[in-house]
Amino acid sequence: MIELKNIYKIYGDGEGEIRALDGISLHVSKGEFVSIVGSSGSGKSTCMNIIGCLDIPTSGEYYLNGTDVSTMTENELAHVRNRELGFIFQQYNLIPKLTVRENVELPLLYKGVKAHERTELALHALDRVGLGDRGDKYPSQLSGGQQQRVSIARALAGEPPVILADEPTGALDSKTGREVLDFLKQLNREGTTIVLITHDNSIAAEIKRVVRIQDGRIVSDEVKEDLQ
Amino acid sequence: MNIKQAFSLAIKSLAGSKMRSFLTMLGIIIGVAAVIIIVSIVNGMTKDIIDEFESMGATTITVSVRGRGGNRSVSIDDMQNLVDDNPEYLKSMTPNITVPGATAKNGSDNLDVSSCVGVNEYYTDIKGLVVEQGRGIEYVDCEARLRNCVIGTYIANELYQGQALGQQIRINGQIYTIVGILEEQADSTEASSDDIIIVPYTLASRLSNSFTMGSYTFNAVSKEVADEAQELIDDYLLGVFSNTNAYNVSNMSSMIDSINEMTATMSLVLAGVAGVSLLVGGIGIMNIMLVSVTERTREIGIRKSLGATPWDIMSQFVVEAITTSCIGGVLGILLGIGGSYAATLFDMTAVISVPAILLSFSISAMIGIAFGYFPAKKASKLNPIDALRYD
Repeated sequence: MIELKNIYKIYGDGEGEIRALDGISLHVSKGEFVSIVGSSGSGKSTCMNIIGCLDIPTSGEYYLNGTDVSTMTENELAHVRNRELGFIFQQYNLIPKLTVRENVELPLLYKGVKAHERTELALHALDRVGLGDRGDKYPSQLSGGQQQRVSIARALAGEPPVILADEPTGALDSKTGREVLDFLKQLNREGTTIVLITHDNSIAAEIKRVVRIQDGRIVSDEVKEDLQ
Repeated sequence: MNIKQAFSLAIKSLAGSKMRSFLTMLGIIIGVAAVIIIVSIVNGMTKDIIDEFESMGATTITVSVRGRGGNRSVSIDDMQNLVDDNPEYLKSMTPNITVPGATAKNGSDNLDVSSCVGVNEYYTDIKGLVVEQGRGIEYVDCEARLRNCVIGTYIANELYQGQALGQQIRINGQIYTIVGILEEQADSTEASSDDIIIVPYTLASRLSNSFTMGSYTFNAVSKEVADEAQELIDDYLLGVFSNTNAYNVSNMSSMIDSINEMTATMSLVLAGVAGVSLLVGGIGIMNIMLVSVTERTREIGIRKSLGATPWDIMSQFVVEAITTSCIGGVLGILLGIGGSYAATLFDMTAVISVPAILLSFSISAMIGIAFGYFPAKKASKLNPIDALRYD
């Protein structure tokens, strides 16, 4: 499903060059729940941006569903982000001028779904995260945990096969963070492939496969067979 | 994302910052309104001038003959024959003999008449004058040299307190009978077109001590053939005098043409000046759109991460710019029409020009496209991750 081969991401050049990713190879199969763990500056976010087609590697190959992403045009990349991937960001990244429902509808809008069907799908996604009655509110009227659930609903709305979560619990208190994590686990049980980025070892401890990154390299990749 | 969605998004975004949207539109509003007001006022001026000339007769051709020493000359009969021979061009003609410095007297009241002319029975028709009381000069008056005259309302009011019909009047000492009074032309004041006495042309030279210059007024069949009719008369007179200095032929419709040309140029120049403010308005839109793109960098990043293509982003911003400039254009049209009406309150004639409205509106729409394109292109090229990280 996701196949990174010898990915480098280098900023600057010569003496001052920074190797954000220093030769990463990673394979994620369909239906897996992988957490990428590393400290701040380890390169884990860069790694996710490349998996999410938001950033382009300096060198290396990235196959998504067998297609080489590096040869794709801007429009094809937009298509991949729209159909194949769903993002959950630490800072929620909701558009403040749009209502909750309109925010959730955005990926469907770019997919070309008709207005009334869009509303239906968006409300269904909001129902799944328990916010079915908040569609007409604006993001600023919701709590942090609720906003994060909205962003999860937005990631779910288009039913993408892969969800990328970048520190989804980072801005939340431990209780709401717990809820978000449980929800992601449930999604994974329903068949969605999930890649979760975190610096929090207590979260990583609950996830079956943990990939540790340090200084742009993978230092360990372990699968805990006892975890579901 | 289709145009309808982009449009509703644009409306939403504009409504989100009303003050800014309004100020952005202001340049376009003023520009469009200025173009419309200027063009309608110039149009109104043109209409005033042309109406004035047309009331003097757009079909009127004036011929003045100076003659050449004792050489050949033209008689009134020659001129009448010219009309009779060319009924497809010429309808009628009248001699127009000015009696300079005429005075009119009733008993002991007297006054200087600003215009005393000797004419035939076609005069009132050619000049578009209406005889309100009595009758005009008739064929028999000229033929039999009857001392009958028609006077304007100024003279009727001044010398007869309005009861002039059938009264006697002394013109340069000779007694005439007033057989007709003209309808009021201006406001019955001295030296206006109501200060006039019309006498049979056959008597006019007797009223004057000095030499009277021969002039004729022709009436062409229609405005369209006025130029041909003028040429016809011109050719005839050239045949008689073989010298163009001996006579002069002029016609109203060619004067109206040149007035039209002149005002059209004026209108173009003024509209061009107003058009500059449309351009400035367009730059204002571009400026605000650039600010808006910078402000919404993060929003653009979010949209891109959710699958917006460069085209989606670009159309969003271009549609927003077009919406801004079109709303500005519509408000400008309303202001322009309102302003033109306001101008009429100050006794100006304003004729609203539909082409000017359409032109200035389409220019403002094009300004939206042209000046929205650059910021929109900039927005669409943003790298998603850089845009997402932007604070």
